[in-house]
Amino acid sequence: MSRRTPRALYLFALPALALYGGFFLLPAVQGLQYATTDWDGFSPAFHHVGAANLTDVVSDDDLFRNALTNNLKFLLVVVLGQTALALLLAVLLAARSRGSTWLRAVFFLPTVLSSVSVAFIWKFVYDPNFGLANAVLGAVGLDRFQSAYLGDEDTAILWVAVAQIWFHAGQMMVIYIAGLHQIPEELYDAAKTDGAGRWQQFRHVTWPMVAPATALVVAYTTLQSFKAFDLILGLAGNPPRSSLDVLATRIYATFANSQLGYAAAESIVFMVAIAVVTFLQNRAARMVHK
Amino acid sequence: MRRVALGIYTLLIIVPLVVIVGGSFKTTADLFASPFGLPTRPTLDNYVTVLAKQDLLGVLGNSVLVVAVSVPVTLLLGSLTAYAVARLPRWPSRILFGIFALGLAVPAQAVMIPQYVQFDRLGLRNSLTGLMLINVVVTLPVAVFILAGFMRTLPAELFEAAEIDGAGPWAVFRRIVVPVSAPSLAATSIFLVVMHWNDLLYPLLFIDDPSKRTLPLALLDFQGEYLTEYPLLFTGVVVASLPMVLAYAFLQRHFVAGITAGAVKG
Repeated sequence: MSRRTPRALYLFALPALALYGGFFLLPAVQGLQYATTDWDGFSPAFHHVGAANLTDVVSDDDLFRNALTNNLKFLLVVVLGQTALALLLAVLLAARSRGSTWLRAVFFLPTVLSSVSVAFIWKFVYDPNFGLANAVLGAVGLDRFQSAYLGDEDTAILWVAVAQIWFHAGQMMVIYIAGLHQIPEELYDAAKTDGAGRWQQFRHVTWPMVAPATALVVAYTTLQSFKAFDLILGLAGNPPRSSLDVLATRIYATFANSQLGYAAAESIVFMVAIAVVTFLQNRAARMVHK
Repeated sequence: MRRVALGIYTLLIIVPLVVIVGGSFKTTADLFASPFGLPTRPTLDNYVTVLAKQDLLGVLGNSVLVVAVSVPVTLLLGSLTAYAVARLPRWPSRILFGIFALGLAVPAQAVMIPQYVQFDRLGLRNSLTGLMLINVVVTLPVAVFILAGFMRTLPAELFEAAEIDGAGPWAVFRRIVVPVSAPSLAATSIFLVVMHWNDLLYPLLFIDDPSKRTLPLALLDFQGEYLTEYPLLFTGVVVASLPMVLAYAFLQRHFVAGITAGAVKG
């Protein structure tokens, strides 16, 4: 760090600060204001309703509660499934060889596609009549596992979670591979000398040593799961039916329904939900890795 | 075991993609009859329909234009800010970085509503300029994060030597900081290209005029129109994804570095 910093450096940050302050921070604060009104988004007149929107969102809104429940189910499946799969793939591909370099590239590929593209791919996989999933199950004699997928109200959101995992597991795998490469080889040598088998090596060396990567993967996957807006609109249409509604799509639907003030209040609860989940995860991580 | 597991996952990734590309050359009946087979009578009708009737070519042009402006602007403003973060004294640097870090934790869907009102009032809605502006705004925090992370590792002597020789801050930035940060700038720009190219939220929120749509929005509109005419949906997927997939094939290492740097932001 330099002691003599040119004053002009403050000016360097100015254009970015102005744009970000004006079009991100300022609206974020205005959102708090809108949340206390019943404004529809276009009429000149509106009323101040105080905290009524917020209390309604939290205590008296079945649509919002449904979206929250779906979102939490989705989050749980994606965080557990994607993290486990990414770690498994990383362990299998951590060795530097031509084959594993090639496979890493293949597994990462879905990440560069757009969410809407991934949604259309999976729309066809899940098509109950003509789709790939039922075709494959039929071909190998597992007809009884054929399903309506997105058409099944109870499990629809879980099938979206599977598509999301397909979309991003490769990206998380790369983070894990970087983490695995940080582990000193001597730790494995020592474990082997102590007679540890492959599972014990994983349990006592790999898993504790990749904790920082796991924290990163879980944190990022959590945020991604709250943002899975495009994938759901692509799979379910806009607005999605209630079995596929999540918080982000609910806020958008409320807004599109000319309830701008109420949607702003939903946004606040959305932020709080993310903060609470992140906090609980940090607590859980500390307990696991004590 | 290892081979079996990897083999299964490879199939899970590759098969749907092959079916999609193959399906874009099939009729709907042909696709339903044999989704996995090669097209019996390959047709380009889907591409003609999608590119001409849907004006996907015009939409493609919009996407290219938006990315071509918003990525360099984000990169320029982001790297100037990152350089300030790397060189300002401790507290101003922390505060500046903290302000941008705030934007990393807030998902766009939480601020989109007041942004909609604001852009509407300023007449920036329904315009590609507005889209470029919002892209810059929402991705500045990530760009600052990645670039500052890199620039902080540069030794101060590097800049100070040039300053003693009489170079002004802008000259130092242009002649020293930018060249030595090239790998980090490349990674950031790839991350930004993928983000801006694939974004659906803001086009959906801001754009009403069909001639101003970008690819993800046009693709989403297909869904309502074609429902289960999968070959047309697949053709849209191929057109929208091909530029990114080709770039990925040639710049694979940079893509992985860039997108991962973007992910390692929390």
